[in-house]
Amino acid sequence: MKLMQLQRTMARAVMQPLTSSERMQRRAPDGGPMKRYASRFIKPNDRLTSFERLEIYNRQYWFRVLAALGEDFPGLRVVLGQRRFDAMAQAYLIANPSRSFTLRNLGSSMESWLRKNPKWAGTNQNLALDIVRLEWADIEAFDGMAEPALRPEDLSRASGPGLKVSLQPYVRLLSFRYPVDDLLLEVRKEDDDTDIASNTFAEHRKRKRVRAVAKLKPAPIFLAVHRIDYSVYFRRLDQEEFAILTALRQGKTLSAAVVSAFRKSTVAPEERPAKVQTWFQTWSTLGWFCRPEKKRTVR
Amino acid sequence: MSANRFNGFTDYGIGIGLRAPHYDHILTRKPVVDWFEIISENFMIDGGRPLHILDQILEQYKLVQHGVSMYFGSAEKLNREHLRRLKALVQRTKTPWLSDHLCWGSVDGRYTHDLLPMPYTFEAARITAQKVREVQDFLEIPIAVENVSSYAEYHDSEMTEWEFLNEVVERADCGILLDVNNIYVSSQNHSFNPFDYVNSVPAHRVAQIHIAGHSKYRKYILDTHDHPVIDPVWKLYERAIQRAGHTATLLEWDDSIPSFQEVHDEALKANKFLRATALAEAV
Repeated sequence: MKLMQLQRTMARAVMQPLTSSERMQRRAPDGGPMKRYASRFIKPNDRLTSFERLEIYNRQYWFRVLAALGEDFPGLRVVLGQRRFDAMAQAYLIANPSRSFTLRNLGSSMESWLRKNPKWAGTNQNLALDIVRLEWADIEAFDGMAEPALRPEDLSRASGPGLKVSLQPYVRLLSFRYPVDDLLLEVRKEDDDTDIASNTFAEHRKRKRVRAVAKLKPAPIFLAVHRIDYSVYFRRLDQEEFAILTALRQGKTLSAAVVSAFRKSTVAPEERPAKVQTWFQTWSTLGWFCRPEKKRTVR
Repeated sequence: MSANRFNGFTDYGIGIGLRAPHYDHILTRKPVVDWFEIISENFMIDGGRPLHILDQILEQYKLVQHGVSMYFGSAEKLNREHLRRLKALVQRTKTPWLSDHLCWGSVDGRYTHDLLPMPYTFEAARITAQKVREVQDFLEIPIAVENVSSYAEYHDSEMTEWEFLNEVVERADCGILLDVNNIYVSSQNHSFNPFDYVNSVPAHRVAQIHIAGHSKYRKYILDTHDHPVIDPVWKLYERAIQRAGHTATLLEWDDSIPSFQEVHDEALKANKFLRATALAEAV
């Protein structure tokens, strides 16, 4: 067998889903018996059949990718429930096998895939999509690029109606239908607690969490997912604040961003200058501004 | 013999893998460690905490890069994005050599994220060596290939694993990261004498040695890196350094990671063998 053919043959078996009892399937990718499929290219030894040797790799593959996805989306796991999450994760990985050298990118298509395959998003698709978007933004904010930040004095020196500033590439701006930031923080807190809790206590927590998800009511929020001292934080934003930042990210000038943000605003005109000033002070203190770069792309 | 062109003529001592649970200890206590090995892929990112930690470590320690997904043995072409990011990291760390595994793990652009065993054929050796040369040329640093633990063998194989390793490194003119734990694991899984393997490796190409623990099951052994090094593996290590000399040695501990001190103490057990070898060489 040529090297490429051998590798395709083995990869098809290794990436074929496990049975419900986490064993290799009896049926091979070509429809025939897996025993025969495995024995075509894997040697048996005095302790293991070809099937059993191949099964070691099949199980390792699935344990590894499912664990990676579970680590990246603990909030989605809570929203869907463990059993539904496991089924969803397997379906996702069949449709989206890793195409990156790093497992970091394994969940990059989760949002778009769930949109196209709503049957895997549970009973509340909007909530599932919200939590996925937040969890992916969290990953991107954690290791996204940072440019040298503009200091408050840099901003105060710069002026004029055509002034442009850029947002740090690692800052993610998102609007949600549900307050998923609270939910994710709660999930993480409980995961931390569970590490040191007894099984009974952990089960109690789990039931409480399921109830908390069920009770979660829609409440539109605007959020910046950002970093302080290399740790990721969620910062709630006012709608106008969100609009200004979004406009700046789109490359609008400072003045155009402010004007467009308040176009349909209910904030009284006399209160707007003070609000904008406070927001800019906060954003620049957080180091969110950097110089605009024409060719930089945000992943 | 330890400082050679395959490890940038360095004479590193005993190192351990740089792992997240130890970051705080290393940065606050600043323990004396000869060197750290990093998993390259963990730092091939655009920014954030991992790179910040890396820069702090680089200020105080010697560091070597070890990869897990170059897949020299995959029949498909090299991933250019991977290479581009790897080169940026090499320039950041100034690693004197770089290692990755003698295995495959991707096909048609799909990644298994596993270290899958090679068929020991001349075709595979030719393709693998060509890719090692391409990576070496692109990165402009010495490359060392590491033997992997395996749980399966192919009907197609035309030679032993160590003959295949020799075939690849001679064709590629590259170094070897000799993992004596992997040799032990494979020897148990495939019923060969691990000393035959160690004795057949071209000692002048050994850039680095890996030691580690593993998990024993009823019918096979898994390379889990979650236990101390067992005596039979130390014996292989002893033989390896008798042949290759005082070689840069690294303990891998990747799961159920104990305290920094425990990991470092386990690694420092290698000193006993390194000293004995040095004494024997002096006599």
